[in-house]
Amino acid sequence: MTIPLVELKNVTKRFDKRTVLDRVNLTIFEGDITTIIGKSGVGKSVLLKHIIGLLKPDEGEILFNGKRLKGMTRKERKSFKQQVSYMFQSNALFDSLTVFENIALPLREKTRLHEDAIRSKVLAQIDRMELTEVTYKYPSQISGGMQKRVALARSLVTEPKIILFDEPTAGLDPLRKNTVLSMIAHYQRKIRFTAILVSHDIPDVLFISNRVAIIDSGRIPFQGTPMELEQSENPVVQEFIKGQASLKDELTGLDTRRDIENMLIQEMGRVNRLQESFPVVMFTIDNLEQINEHIGHIAAQEIIQCLGTLIKDHFDTADTSARYSQNEILMVLPHTGLKEAKQVLDELATDLQKQEIFQAKTYPKACFSFSILAGLAEARPGTDLDSLMGQVLSHQKIIAHLKCTKNGETA
Amino acid sequence: MDQTTNSVFAPFNWLGRFSIAFIGELGAIGIFFIHAFCLIFSLPLQVNKTIQQVFFIGAKSILIILLVGIFTGMVLGLQGYYTLVKFGSEGVLGAAVALSLIRELGPVMTAIMIIARAGSSMAAEIGIMRISEQIDALDTMDINPIRFLVSPRIVASLISFPLLTAIFDVIGIIGGYLSGVVLLGINSGIYFYRIESSVVMQDVSGGFIKSLVFGIIVSTICCYQGYFTHMRPGGFGARGVSLATTSAVVLSCVLVLIVDYVLTSFLL
Repeated sequence: MTIPLVELKNVTKRFDKRTVLDRVNLTIFEGDITTIIGKSGVGKSVLLKHIIGLLKPDEGEILFNGKRLKGMTRKERKSFKQQVSYMFQSNALFDSLTVFENIALPLREKTRLHEDAIRSKVLAQIDRMELTEVTYKYPSQISGGMQKRVALARSLVTEPKIILFDEPTAGLDPLRKNTVLSMIAHYQRKIRFTAILVSHDIPDVLFISNRVAIIDSGRIPFQGTPMELEQSENPVVQEFIKGQASLKDELTGLDTRRDIENMLIQEMGRVNRLQESFPVVMFTIDNLEQINEHIGHIAAQEIIQCLGTLIKDHFDTADTSARYSQNEILMVLPHTGLKEAKQVLDELATDLQKQEIFQAKTYPKACFSFSILAGLAEARPGTDLDSLMGQVLSHQKIIAHLKCTKNGETA
Repeated sequence: MDQTTNSVFAPFNWLGRFSIAFIGELGAIGIFFIHAFCLIFSLPLQVNKTIQQVFFIGAKSILIILLVGIFTGMVLGLQGYYTLVKFGSEGVLGAAVALSLIRELGPVMTAIMIIARAGSSMAAEIGIMRISEQIDALDTMDINPIRFLVSPRIVASLISFPLLTAIFDVIGIIGGYLSGVVLLGINSGIYFYRIESSVVMQDVSGGFIKSLVFGIIVSTICCYQGYFTHMRPGGFGARGVSLATTSAVVLSCVLVLIVDYVLTSFLL
């Protein structure tokens, strides 16, 4: 078994007489996005501050690459700190420095790079985060969402191996929230850092996480993959998910994956009993990565939002649709015939193509292609869930697309 | 019996607690200063930040020092004249003004003016950085916050205090000239002759040492109060910062005056 990158062993922390962490054990593996979820005030931030060494445990120990944080020499601690960066819940931007200076600070102070190299690095980061127009503004002059992006840029600029995110989406609207999460996932794939997130945005945050840990009354009753979380029988986990997960996906206003899976299982049972069938549709936004890359994360989230709204408008209220993953929407139509479903799908395709998001003039500066796929399959008696999903995906074809044809070229 | 003993000893208890807390605080401030002072010499030197602080603490204080200096000198000339004229010795006014300025009023008044102008803003700025987690952010970036925030301010104070004191002394002597010579008609040659004959190098170097010590006291206490805003009982957030600023100003004024007495008794 691989050595975990960070390991907390029986960590206990008390503030006065209140025990915030009670013999917490947590393992974090390299290259993963680990999300720590929990109600507010249960010690999520405290846990994170222990990992970076802002707080020291009363009992227990924290290991980094199998080495105790407490027993590190000065040099080892320095090299550890250089590999870690921390994004504060309150952003903790230096309010007397401009956006540019904020992002440049860790480079200016901790590296021996030439000012020109620093400048180009920082400007590239600013460009990626879509902050170009506020480069020389002060943090108090820009919006909350922008401040979050500045904080994200500042934690990314040193290219650390581990980034700790303390509530990166707190206080943002659903669009920005998903934007920040998608940015984290995007850069995590690109730069391959290990991310530790603290959040309570279920289910959004589960789409991007490899591992999840729940923290409740000072302990960690569960840690595992998001899939294990959803299937966990542990009553604490069950209660927690029910209590914390929002009923609707905030970005699209559709149901959550959990709801639709429950419903699908129920409907399949009905199908088997009554020997009926019903259609299932899966929409996928292709090339979401390219959209992120070329026109930005916000635009990508807007496309998902637009698709969700259109789907809601076109289908019956008795049908259920849910955000299935970051770029997939699953739809179950238990009271619709296959033919009818096809017809509605065609109408939706025509409408979708007319949307602004599919007009090249919406993106005057970028040249890229993307498409939305839809696959229709029928749940018949005897089909199981996995093969149904397989069928839906294999039947997918393009229903709307945008192709860049600037200068006669196709991107 | 217990209650009576308690009420009798209560003031002593309080005094004891207060003294222990006060001595403890002084010790903490001392360690804080030594830490920050040693970090001044860690490489690479923070030349730019120090220059910025010299500009803020020093250059931007010149106007207020000029204003306070000229009026202090003028009032010294006025008061000195009316006292000296009773003994018919108004000729030594120049010496009286210059000696009291160079030995005493220059360093002390300059220190108090800088506490009011720059010391309070040091405490408030660092305090706000503390409560908005900016200092923690520096720590997570492996930037030593004491080196980054406190050391340049201490160097800048060590540079600015003596220079501002010198400006204060000169402008004060000119102020004394204005009231004594221009308004009250003392001979201008005698005014300056008396200054030249009575002021010796020891007076100037005494004032210089005082201003250096005051620079250390003011910058250390003001930075310390801001830096530990979050540890302060009875106030968090904005209130904590306001309390920190107030105690930075009060404590450094009081300490400047106490240390002034001690230093004078040693320097005499």
